[in-house]
Amino acid sequence: MTTAYELTHLRVLEAESVHIIREVAATFERPVLLFSGGKDSVVMLHLAAKAFWPAPPPFPILHVDTGHNFDEVIAYRDATVERLGVQLLVASVQDDIDAGRAVEETGPRASRNRLQTGTLLRAIKEGGFDAVFGGARRDEEKARAKERVFSFRDEFGQWDPRGQRPELWNLYNGKHRKGEHIRVFPLSNWTELDIWSYIRDENIELPPLYYAHRREVVARDGMLLANTRFLTLLDGEQPYEATVRFRTIGDATCTGCVESSAATADDVVAEVSATRLTERGATRADDRISEAGMEDRKREGYF
Amino acid sequence: MVQEMLRLSTAGSVDDGKSTLIGRLLFDSKTLFDDQLAAVEEVSKRRGEDYTNLALLTDGLRAEREQGITIDVAYRYFATPRRKFIIADTPGHVQYTRNMVTGASTSDLALILVDARNGVLEQSRRHAFLASLLGIPHLVVCVNKMDLVDWSQERFEEIREEFSQFAAKLDVHDMAFIPISALHGDNIVHRSASMPWYEGSSLLHHLEQVHIASDRNLIDARFPVQYVIRDYGTDFRGYAGTVTGGVLQPGDEVMVLPSGFTTSIKAIWGPGGTPVQEAFPPQAVTVELTDHIDISRGDMICRPGNRPSAGHDIDALVCWLSEGGALKPGGTYTIRHTTRATTAEIQALDYRLDVNTLHRDESAEALALNEIGRVQLRTRQPLLFDPYRRNRFTGGFILVDDTTNNTVAAGMITGPALRDGGAVWQPTRVGREDRAAKGGTVWLTGLSGAGKSTIAVEVERRLIAEGHAAYLLDGDNLRHGLNSDLSFSAADRTENVRRVGEVAKLFADAGIVAVVSMISPYREDRERARAAHEAAGLPFVEVFVDTPIEVCEARDPKGLYARARAGEITGFTGVDDPYEAPESPDLVLNPTQEDTEALAERVVDLLTRQR
Repeated sequence: MTTAYELTHLRVLEAESVHIIREVAATFERPVLLFSGGKDSVVMLHLAAKAFWPAPPPFPILHVDTGHNFDEVIAYRDATVERLGVQLLVASVQDDIDAGRAVEETGPRASRNRLQTGTLLRAIKEGGFDAVFGGARRDEEKARAKERVFSFRDEFGQWDPRGQRPELWNLYNGKHRKGEHIRVFPLSNWTELDIWSYIRDENIELPPLYYAHRREVVARDGMLLANTRFLTLLDGEQPYEATVRFRTIGDATCTGCVESSAATADDVVAEVSATRLTERGATRADDRISEAGMEDRKREGYF
Repeated sequence: MVQEMLRLSTAGSVDDGKSTLIGRLLFDSKTLFDDQLAAVEEVSKRRGEDYTNLALLTDGLRAEREQGITIDVAYRYFATPRRKFIIADTPGHVQYTRNMVTGASTSDLALILVDARNGVLEQSRRHAFLASLLGIPHLVVCVNKMDLVDWSQERFEEIREEFSQFAAKLDVHDMAFIPISALHGDNIVHRSASMPWYEGSSLLHHLEQVHIASDRNLIDARFPVQYVIRDYGTDFRGYAGTVTGGVLQPGDEVMVLPSGFTTSIKAIWGPGGTPVQEAFPPQAVTVELTDHIDISRGDMICRPGNRPSAGHDIDALVCWLSEGGALKPGGTYTIRHTTRATTAEIQALDYRLDVNTLHRDESAEALALNEIGRVQLRTRQPLLFDPYRRNRFTGGFILVDDTTNNTVAAGMITGPALRDGGAVWQPTRVGREDRAAKGGTVWLTGLSGAGKSTIAVEVERRLIAEGHAAYLLDGDNLRHGLNSDLSFSAADRTENVRRVGEVAKLFADAGIVAVVSMISPYREDRERARAAHEAAGLPFVEVFVDTPIEVCEARDPKGLYARARAGEITGFTGVDDPYEAPESPDLVLNPTQEDTEALAERVVDLLTRQR
């Protein structure tokens, strides 16, 4: 016996994700892939491009735009769309605010994070999408640890954690009525370290924010927030310059960065291997709302 | 070194210390993050608990935390330099059987917890049974809370003995026992200093070392077509899918089912267009074929000489997952199997299985939530399948309710349904007592080259010499006629044995002693032949020709072992296909210790005594 037919765990994960993505393309009428420019959605789009080679992915991508973007992310998004030849759709939170469908929070801690849900659901409805790919991972958060790969959403876009469909082997049940949809999470079994190891191995380009750079920051609630034009300083907050990188990228007002000198994917893999804090715990104000913060938002239809 | 992935499932309640054990594995493997631990400590304190409740880590939903129970399957991840682990953490009570089944469906290994103070309870037995039902290849029994029984070796051995006795009734191939204390960390990551008498591995070491690479079916090539990729710019046409069995290589001759066309593989591409020389489970690839034939999703690519079963009528074990209506004969559902979806009707419920006692209740008329039973299904389109224990991915299916769209059942195919097709039995006017002699069947089973045929020939000669009617049914000879359409795939072997069993039964009924000589490797197939005889009131004698494989291979009268070792023949019993020895044969013969005459005499003696 010379060949052991072994695969590394990253190749097993890749195969599982590709299987899921192809399954959706084969069984749904109008899939769409959520793309934020964050590393998980970048990896998801990379996998979708690989799954249908040499053809392009047979579905568009959707960016839910809070308007509070890092410029580097938008530049990255547009370059990626160009390179892969995929269709980009943008659903704008600002449109909903302007049309009076959404009311913006006020005060220095205001965030558009929660408003994204309404914009997302509107875009899904208007686009008639029946399958929506999301880049969520089960290791991110304990409510996500229990979510299925094919996660049913009712006509209001809501998740019922106690009524989830059993999911066995690699058989996925995507049946739904008109108006309902399925959220699909091809990266369910990936961890943060897996994502970074894969980015390194596959040489995947990311927005530069993910690597160490000099930036003006403020310390707030135990996190470092980038001092952007969207941030209102609180009394006594003193911006200062530091070498930082982002572990996650979302709305610029609630995504924190960490002090880091990791300048390459290799460095980041080393850093993530040694870290003692979860990525959301370290950098996401939106998860700190309550112990069940994520579960509540997910029920409402959040990513 | 390749960092492999191992999927394991656990089942148990808080009382067993399951959450503590998982928390310990995560903590000691440095997977638990400081902020997670701090959050758990804070909540524990707020609730007035005087210890850090690690269960809070795994109970992810608000209802679970509020009620202090585990409702659903939660997935946990940790890694060591050797392996990445995915834990499917499931609740243990009987009302969560469906969650256990869900978590177990893809697991390589099941971790079963036994409280050293309580011994083997119903719950542990149920977990072991479900693990075996779902075909989990490896079982690890952790005897927990050893600190509370003074680290007693005697107690550990007692539990091991009791559990092993029960497990012998199950289809479990690899089982390990580890005495642990999850609370104190004994034998979790490091060997325990409190139990010097235990010489085995720590749990983590075992999880890192257990051999899983050969659990996959690398024999029967199975490639269900998932999606057809066409690129109009380059005129590319490829069939995308996940390899669910065997190994595919460019140049291989293949058959496409259900059409039956044969062609060959032109190229195999990995995701993104990486050329692949050998595709094996669980790789997701794209296959290009030499000929342009009409292939769509739901078709299966296999080898001409090793095909899955194809048919509308299927026997299966199902676990009912729905809180809504019960499973009843006559119910119709959407069945999802490999990449195929079609309509299935429940033709009959053969029995309901008690998951605690394994008792079969044949009077059952329905299956309610969490109940398991055996059913006969008929599908609108034919399915291309293998028995579940041969291949989990071509043998497993789900049923979906077309009204609610919910997944209502998980099914494991046992084989093609053996149906009477509605034909009416025509009675004859000749009873068995009217015939000249009383017949029966003697069934010799054993490895290729064991000496079955030599003995069978001598048995037939002696019976005839003594004035009895006897006839030799030799497996190899029958493959020249009656069974010439069958291959050596697991499904065809089952069919081969079924036919010979039926023919033997006819001979026995006609008053002749049928002397069957065939490898008949699978226990279940031989049991079916026996059952058919017993149901007809005919004697059936199972004789195990117990020649060790080394001896068979050294003899190799037909040169088959050499060819199998060289890879020229696949699916060869004893080499790359299992031989399941009889558990309680009527007679065991050992050709290495006695000559043919003596062995044949023992068979004839037994037959004479039985008459």
